[in-house]
Amino acid sequence: MGLSGAFAIWAGALGLVAMALAITRPNVVHALIWVVAGLISLAAGFFALGAGFAGAVQILIYAGAIIAVFIFVVMTIDSGDAALARERVRLGKGWKLPLVLVLAVLAPVALSLPGGGLDGAPVAVPAQRLGALLFGPWAVAVEVASAMLIAALLGARHLARREGGQ
Amino acid sequence: MTPLFLTAALVLATGLFAVGLFGLMIRRGILFQIIALEIMLTGPALAFVAAGAHHGDPGGQGMFIFVLVLAASEVALGLALYLRLGRHADVSDSDTVNLLRR
Repeated sequence: MGLSGAFAIWAGALGLVAMALAITRPNVVHALIWVVAGLISLAAGFFALGAGFAGAVQILIYAGAIIAVFIFVVMTIDSGDAALARERVRLGKGWKLPLVLVLAVLAPVALSLPGGGLDGAPVAVPAQRLGALLFGPWAVAVEVASAMLIAALLGARHLARREGGQ
Repeated sequence: MTPLFLTAALVLATGLFAVGLFGLMIRRGILFQIIALEIMLTGPALAFVAAGAHHGDPGGQGMFIFVLVLAASEVALGLALYLRLGRHADVSDSDTVNLLRR
């Protein structure tokens, strides 16, 4: 698989561990910090795969902008000791059935993994080719994606607005 | 031993999706559930980028951009709903709003 592929797998494994830690933290700020760690590990994996544009976008937009929105919302709530204790109690008791369900979903995937024919080193794809794809054959899809972003923007503004007189 | 870079990447992507799904099921706080949804979306994103790198095709990174747009929209709407629920009904828990009425 080559050195870069091995590094990508190692970085992705680190990201997986960080994400697993993120979903088990009772404190939402700690969970967000682990999510950022996982996203940056995945971005390192993207760089090692030769997908430099995806890695940069992962750091700038995912870990930068989207998590920053989370931080803003977390700052508006008061997560006191009561909420922390409640999350701890819930984390301790309700995990067995979901674990069984997730493993049941994963079992057929693990059995159907291809055993061969997928070897080879990752091939670097420069951002120029990505741009030629996005602004050429995929231009309509990019327009639809931008329309979805505007719809989400309007929806979020409508949902989160303060009603006058209350 | 055959080097199986893409297989390892797909295993990692499946693992990320499973971790997110597990988090979505064990957490009841809405903020934690939105975080778990984000983690679920990183699994397919990794699969797309790894497949694009395997084939040397820019389509993998293009689909990653679309996954990112989807994640951004979902977070914006989810957090707006969370703020509204917290402001009007003092709810931070998805079990208390599962009837869609009060």
